[in-house]
Amino acid sequence: MDPESSVILRMEGISKRFPGVLANDDIHLDIRKGEVRGLLGENGAGKTTLMNILYGLHQPDAGEILISDRRVKIDSPRVAVDLGIGMVHQHFMLVENMTALENVLLVLPSRRPPWLDVGGARSRFDKIVQEHGLQIRPSNLVWQMPVVDQQWLEILKLLILDVQLIILDEPTAVLAPSQIQRLFDAIRRFAVQGKSIIFISHKLAEVKEITDRVTVLRDGRVVRTVETQFATTAELAQMMIGRSVTLERKPRAEMGSRKEALSVRGLHCNDDRGVEALKGVDLTIHSGEIVGVAGVAGNGQGELADCIAGLREATRGKITIGGSSVRGVFRDPRLLGYIPEDRRKTGLVVDFSVADNLILRKYRMPPFNRKGFLQWDAIQREAQRLIARLHIRTPDVNVLVRNLSGGNQQKIIVSRELDLQPQLILASQPTRGLDLASVESVHRTLLEERNRGAGVLFISAELSEVLALSDRIVVFFKGEIMGEVRGEGADVQAVGRMMIGERSVAPAANPAAVGSDA
Amino acid sequence: MPRRDLRPLAAILLTWLRPVLAILLAFIVSSFLILAQGVNPLAAYAALIKGAFGSTAGLANTGVKIAPLLLGGLGVAVGLKAGLFNIGAEGQLYLGALAATTVGVTDLPVPAWFHLTLAIVAGFAGGALWALIPGLLRAYRGVNEFVVTLMLSYVGIQLVSYFLHGPLREVPAPYVQSHQILESARLPVLVKGTSLHAGLVIGLILAVVLHYFLRSTSFGFETRILGANPEASRYIGINVRRQIVLVMLLSGGLAGLAGVGEILGLKWRLFDFFDSMLGYDAIGVALLANANPLGVIPVSLFFGALRAGANNMQQVVGVETALATVIQSLAIVFVIGIGFVGKRRPAFAEPETQPVSLAIAEPDWPPDPRK
Amino acid sequence: MDFPTEGIVNWLESAIRLATPLIIAATGGLFVERSGVLNIGIEGMMLFGAFAAVAGSFLTGNVLLAALMAMVVGGLLGLLHAYLTVTRRADQIVSGAAINLLALGATDLLNRRLFLEGRPRVALFPVIGPESMRDIPIAGPLVFDQPVIVWIAMLLSIFLSILLYRTTIGLHLRSAGEHSKALRSAGHSVVRLRYFGVLMSGIFAGLGGAALSLGAVGIFTPNMTNGRGFVVLAAFVAGKWNPMLVAIACLVFGMADALQLQAQAVGMGIPYQFLIMLPYLLTVAALAGLVGRTTTPKELGKPYDPQDV
Repeated sequence: MDPESSVILRMEGISKRFPGVLANDDIHLDIRKGEVRGLLGENGAGKTTLMNILYGLHQPDAGEILISDRRVKIDSPRVAVDLGIGMVHQHFMLVENMTALENVLLVLPSRRPPWLDVGGARSRFDKIVQEHGLQIRPSNLVWQMPVVDQQWLEILKLLILDVQLIILDEPTAVLAPSQIQRLFDAIRRFAVQGKSIIFISHKLAEVKEITDRVTVLRDGRVVRTVETQFATTAELAQMMIGRSVTLERKPRAEMGSRKEALSVRGLHCNDDRGVEALKGVDLTIHSGEIVGVAGVAGNGQGELADCIAGLREATRGKITIGGSSVRGVFRDPRLLGYIPEDRRKTGLVVDFSVADNLILRKYRMPPFNRKGFLQWDAIQREAQRLIARLHIRTPDVNVLVRNLSGGNQQKIIVSRELDLQPQLILASQPTRGLDLASVESVHRTLLEERNRGAGVLFISAELSEVLALSDRIVVFFKGEIMGEVRGEGADVQAVGRMMIGERSVAPAANPAAVGSDA
Repeated sequence: MPRRDLRPLAAILLTWLRPVLAILLAFIVSSFLILAQGVNPLAAYAALIKGAFGSTAGLANTGVKIAPLLLGGLGVAVGLKAGLFNIGAEGQLYLGALAATTVGVTDLPVPAWFHLTLAIVAGFAGGALWALIPGLLRAYRGVNEFVVTLMLSYVGIQLVSYFLHGPLREVPAPYVQSHQILESARLPVLVKGTSLHAGLVIGLILAVVLHYFLRSTSFGFETRILGANPEASRYIGINVRRQIVLVMLLSGGLAGLAGVGEILGLKWRLFDFFDSMLGYDAIGVALLANANPLGVIPVSLFFGALRAGANNMQQVVGVETALATVIQSLAIVFVIGIGFVGKRRPAFAEPETQPVSLAIAEPDWPPDPRK
Repeated sequence: MDFPTEGIVNWLESAIRLATPLIIAATGGLFVERSGVLNIGIEGMMLFGAFAAVAGSFLTGNVLLAALMAMVVGGLLGLLHAYLTVTRRADQIVSGAAINLLALGATDLLNRRLFLEGRPRVALFPVIGPESMRDIPIAGPLVFDQPVIVWIAMLLSIFLSILLYRTTIGLHLRSAGEHSKALRSAGHSVVRLRYFGVLMSGIFAGLGGAALSLGAVGIFTPNMTNGRGFVVLAAFVAGKWNPMLVAIACLVFGMADALQLQAQAVGMGIPYQFLIMLPYLLTVAALAGLVGRTTTPKELGKPYDPQDV
């Protein structure tokens, strides 16, 4: 069959500018019927923006979209759906306090408006659930569903609407390896049925596995579109960042220290809804080691970080940092440095200046504070010093932090938290949303800190970086540690199994004994 | 190049221009209301200005009106800086007045300056205590203080009325009133022959003090962080609960001082329902000044002049004094309509999808330790 | 001892009558709260509605037209709030506070202008119910001696319940308050829905004000709402944003309000100031005891940014 004739969608010359940045620059894309198309690029390359344009959430500044050779103007998601385009976003578009069925009702037009068409939605719901063997009941409340089922609910919505083009935005970020396979099987089924799939990702291996063709974006432009089978991982990586990169494990010296940077014993705590999120966690981190926490997001890692940082009260258990017991709120920047998951929410005060943010943990100490009065000269000098030392790009220390880029904002947090060389560093999803250069910098910093003797607790949903950085890896599932493996030569299969709830067959090495090791 | 704040000079200009523009618009719109009555708006406004500034008596009157607005406005502003909506300034004002009166009518064997100071402190304490309950509820139970302070306002006014009908009551008297404030407890008069009292000076001083307090002390810094980002403030080690309670105490105390000024400075006697608008005006002042203590000064000047001149406007051209309230509220409406008051972000916040890395390239970080 | 049946019946009858403005305003307020917008300005909208109703009744002599005027005025203020908070994305509390101040001043001004020669009586909401049935003990006065507006309030509550949980608009409204992006992604306009919600709250608040002024007294006094619009806010919390429960909460407040009147008449020996305080204290107590996190609409108070995708 002539490939050209099966093109169902064309995006031509699409450009989109946001204040200060050109997100999409003259992009051409054509999608064939029944193909699985990868959209590859690092964080910030413009993939999501492009797809948001296709889904009607943004309007392009230039260019046009053609469906079956007909010009269309997609100015709202409603139009997109009518044209047969559906999207599963990175952050699910589900109303958590409602049931699965109600979420379906939200997208399904009613047969007898203004009344809700519960019966009609119900029957189509059941049909799709049966067809794909899903475990979702219409009356399930979304917030009680596991994340993988929530994703399936999102997909279910698209199937009910019978879309012909399915856009998946970083769908594997929230999945364990076996769940990823299940998703891939479904994708192949959809392709066979004649649906087209656009698979947005920054993970080379997955793109290689599932896609027919892949379009690489870099800095808002299309680098090239290639047949997946004819491109190597290295080539794809090269196209993606303009230089060759691999997430390798760097060689490192065994520190072998027995000094405990962090000790967690029998930790229990509740999440925001009052449901128990940590069910008896024991964990020890020694000086000079990086312990990585692997696991699908939402299994208690966030709550663990909160407890250690003093933002959440433990219902039971004990936390000790650098030998000092943590009761409630814990403040000494020489003991703990925290790089939080959500920069803007916990780590920075975006409406304050760079200088203000840099002394956030030291403002009570001399020389920045004398008898309760802030000493602004000393603060300014300190800010200048830190900016210079870490090359934070800002025209002035008094610029508001909200005007800096994410990478620079992260640098502020990192430099502030690590400045006093804390004994324990808690890094929670520190590379989220950063471009690769910033990601590499963060990794380098963490390794340097480890080499200097800090204990690092590194929480990430990106298995690849956990594998690359950690000396030891613990796997979280439903608030418990399923098991532990060594970082060096880690058995990825084993980790994957633990991520979905299978405890490691061999009894986990006693965490307290590591360091004396085999 | 990292994204800069758009035209910083223009931004500063805009911050000050916006309220001015809003006030102008408020006057323009109100002139239609005046026209509807068959009066020339310009004549009405002329009378307004003349009443406020045209004579010593007028100026003194304006000053008298400014004092409670200043103090009350500062109270609300301090709360706003911490992210707390203390709308109960009216009630706190009443309780402050009650406390000050209780001390002020009691003959104490102490020197005059001590008596006065005690009465002032009592007034502050009264207002502070009335703000304590909403503060505790917010700190320990997460109850939004907006409704609670408001409800307590009504309760406070009734409570004062109860005491005024009871233990504090002066009989026989034409009104429900307290005994007169003893001379030793009265605020000094600033201009002989007028009722302009030292409360104004206290207010001005406190405005400046508060500005530096917020800017340069640990407590002030922590207060601002709490208002700007409560999550981050917790992590840094700010005892959020304590901060909320202390700020509410301060806020209520300042509103209480507004009541002190009215009784110890102006009326020299506590009357039943002696005030009906000041508390709510104070909220308007704080909002229009964007919770900036220094900004409260010009705004309370504006409101005070409006109120003082309105009487003259009524006498000369017959336009009701209530128009002043209309102008004030229209000014606030326009301020938020034109731009935004408070900490809301500009209209075009960056979308989550905005590529963040394109802004900078970082080939040389971290720096090579050998260099 | 003689059980004070008559006193209690009078009390309940007044309670229902006094709760009515609250219930109406609360019903409208639920529209907006569940759509994610805080409307603190309900107090001002009620006040203006109360005035507009009296003015309308005075000028036209027709209660229906008066009520309509109140609704229009409330709706206009609602549109203002919607414009400021949804389109301009100003702080929702500030906008509401500004509207309250505006209503306070404007109604005072217009009241003086309109009623220079004292306060004439105006047409009230007619009482509905067969005269003969009014003498039935207990039920008679409670059910058959109430002005029509009471029945309207009940019907509105039921109407809202049905709308919220059984229609598409209700579903969309609830989504707007829980997860506006999900609503947008489903192809609906969050902006339009929130405008709708705020408009409804304004219209109903206006009608509630009409119930206040024309339900019994027939005159307008400055600041006659006296905080009722804020009591409504507490009713939302107490009723967990559910229409039927909120109506019950309003009824409870009405009972406290009525108690103050009854107690004075009966001469219960409590200083009247404390009786007046009662509804307000009750509100504070309700809030102190009942604030919960899981039932508040998630996006309440957060401005919606269409560019933020």
